[in-house]
Amino acid sequence: MGDFLNVFIKTAFVENMILSYFLGMCSFLAVSKSVKTALGLGIAVIFVLGITMPINWLINEYLLKETGFFGLDLTFLRFILFIAVIAALVQLVELVVEKFSPSLYNALGIFLPLITVNCAILGGSLFMISRELTLSKSVAFGLGGGFGWFLAIVALAAIREKIQYSNVPPALRGLGMAFILTGLMGMAFMSLMGIDPAAFTK
Amino acid sequence: MAEILEKVKIEEKEPLFGPKEKKLLLDPLMDVNPITVQILGVCSALAITSLVYPSVVMAISVIFVTAFANLFTSLVREYIPKQVRMIVQLVIIATLVTIVELGLKALNFPIYKQLSVYIGLIITNCIVMGRLEAFAMANKPWRSFLDGIGNGLGYGAILIIVAIIREILGKGTLFAGSPVEIKIIGNNTTYLIDTTTSTMFGWYANNNLMVLPAAALFIIGILIWIHRTINPKLVDIS
Repeated sequence: MGDFLNVFIKTAFVENMILSYFLGMCSFLAVSKSVKTALGLGIAVIFVLGITMPINWLINEYLLKETGFFGLDLTFLRFILFIAVIAALVQLVELVVEKFSPSLYNALGIFLPLITVNCAILGGSLFMISRELTLSKSVAFGLGGGFGWFLAIVALAAIREKIQYSNVPPALRGLGMAFILTGLMGMAFMSLMGIDPAAFTK
Repeated sequence: MAEILEKVKIEEKEPLFGPKEKKLLLDPLMDVNPITVQILGVCSALAITSLVYPSVVMAISVIFVTAFANLFTSLVREYIPKQVRMIVQLVIIATLVTIVELGLKALNFPIYKQLSVYIGLIITNCIVMGRLEAFAMANKPWRSFLDGIGNGLGYGAILIIVAIIREILGKGTLFAGSPVEIKIIGNNTTYLIDTTTSTMFGWYANNNLMVLPAAALFIIGILIWIHRTINPKLVDIS
């Protein structure tokens, strides 16, 4: 449990997906105009990241590695398989959510299918491989990364809603200001580097 | 197959590189730049721009992927059923990115290590998908190929501008890690401007903020500001 918390806190705050790795910037900038839609997309990202990471971990461990099912080194197929899994899972999640919770489905709306091409999802899986995480840590990494992404997009959306009433130079309005705000938020999040995640394992 | 070859032949009767083709190649550099105007592909771009050399490698990889993904999608565009086109496009892109990854691993391992997951993230780079959807699905192969190169160049140009600013201000070098490394400003005699002896630049110290992720965001924000001041048509009205 300590390990789980450790990875969760680290990926959510210290190594935030957007603010220190720039994963998922496209949708981050495009969908952060209002808090309501940002909330929907943020929840969807936590959801999909939390599910795809362990599944991609299992695929990598038991199918692609030389010690796996086929006994061959198939790691060069990683990109194609991962992106296929993500695309398929997003569709599946969409169907399940539609069936069991129509209200959540309506709230997420168009954002669920868009998540397939969100860099944060594929990036999370690739980071998981390059850091050689275990299964439980990869679940924590997925949920923590998703939560950090959620925090950042909701915070930016809230700031952007307020900044509409300010007198920003015309050429800087919209996109330019969003970049600079994200940079400032990144600097603020850097102060969290002082957190010692190892303290949670004690 | 024969059909495709025939089409290529017909196309060659038009001028191979007329004004339209030139426009396709050069427009994305300025007026419809993928990063500063279309907001595409910011994801995998920013993290690697703290040094110029990896950025150049990344730019070349992206140009390769956008150009050939556009070309291949355009070749098969009439045979793709509408419902599965996303999957087909993703498979084409993923294959090309795998080629790039394996090639880079064999040719230049240190850079491969440095770029790590960001090479894989070219798959979800919105420029590639965006251009396939917007251009290659409706245009002939040769033009799609040029459009891919043009957009790759526009993306690469921003990447390299940001990297040059960050590396000079952050580390005081240019092309660090490559065979043509230039040391520009620093605190010992191997640098061109030595801050310990120089009378003009004695006050200067490398700015560590530039190495951090936040700096890339500031620089792109300022580039967008400059770009929109020069070209007021692009200003966000909302």
